[in-house]
Amino acid sequence: MEPRRDPRGALVRPYAVTRGRTEPLQNIALEAVLSCTATQVAEARFAGHDKYRIASVCEGRAQSLAEIAAYTRMPLGVARVLVADLVAEGLLTLHTAAPAEGFEERMNLLGRVLSGLREL
Amino acid sequence: MDFANYDPAGARRSREIISAKIVVAGGFGVGKTTLVGAISEITPLTTEALMTAAGVGIDDPSKVPGKETTTVAMDFGRITMAEDLILYLFGTPGQTRFWFMWDEIIRGAVGAAVLVDTRRITDAFAPLDYFENRNLPYVVALNRFDGAPQYEVEEVREALAIPPDVPLVMCDARQRESVKQVLVTVVEHAMLRLQAEHGRGFPTPVG
Repeated sequence: MEPRRDPRGALVRPYAVTRGRTEPLQNIALEAVLSCTATQVAEARFAGHDKYRIASVCEGRAQSLAEIAAYTRMPLGVARVLVADLVAEGLLTLHTAAPAEGFEERMNLLGRVLSGLREL
Repeated sequence: MDFANYDPAGARRSREIISAKIVVAGGFGVGKTTLVGAISEITPLTTEALMTAAGVGIDDPSKVPGKETTTVAMDFGRITMAEDLILYLFGTPGQTRFWFMWDEIIRGAVGAAVLVDTRRITDAFAPLDYFENRNLPYVVALNRFDGAPQYEVEEVREALAIPPDVPLVMCDARQRESVKQVLVTVVEHAMLRLQAEHGRGFPTPVG
């Protein structure tokens, strides 16, 4: 939880992989999950090394933005820009984070989480 | 899960995956990562957010003095509840100067558990203040450390001025069953709050 220094130093500026962009095409929640198929991963090969790494992490298993950032060791903001790009390019499928609105939907979700916890 | 055909809008859309999150907050070293690790199906992961000049604008830049970029680490875990439902547990960065990140972490969350170490009870003031001023349902969990003074739950409630409608539970962040109970309390409290806000059924519990 301490702020860390990258032992490699600042050889690569963090946002170099996004060509300096710090604003994602759409704001993706930390816990929003993404997945992709083998075909999407194969196509992502041509989208550049970092995007390919992201797609590979999500193949066959839904992963949150937070997990993608952790597994690829990218800072969260950088992963968010690249993930949003991949979604826009159709190389990654974005699933919904928890519905924020609607009493029934929200209650239903909470009820499912509650029984999920009790079954652990 | 592994469809070979590329059809993101068709077959995949009918199998939506929903994720929910619960936030674990508290002072530095209070046991947040231990708690997450006790119940997560994966070893808690760390994601690093880089605070750049762009990010600092979200909050008070004076909190990161003399630096253009700072790396803040937060730990999180995962519980896959069903093929279409994943619960994430996010620990907040412990150091108070990184609280500007909490707003992003709590957005859309089911609720939060504020972990308190009875040996350093004043560390809990600031996190509690934070949640009192947010609309997120939260519970307070007293993490029992070996050799720590044992207090009655109500003593702690009084010492921390925790409102009567906020659940207060004892826990051992190392024990899966205990952690599970904390999380169940968070979700139950969130349901009560939601129901109360919706104006039907349960009134807001008192005491």
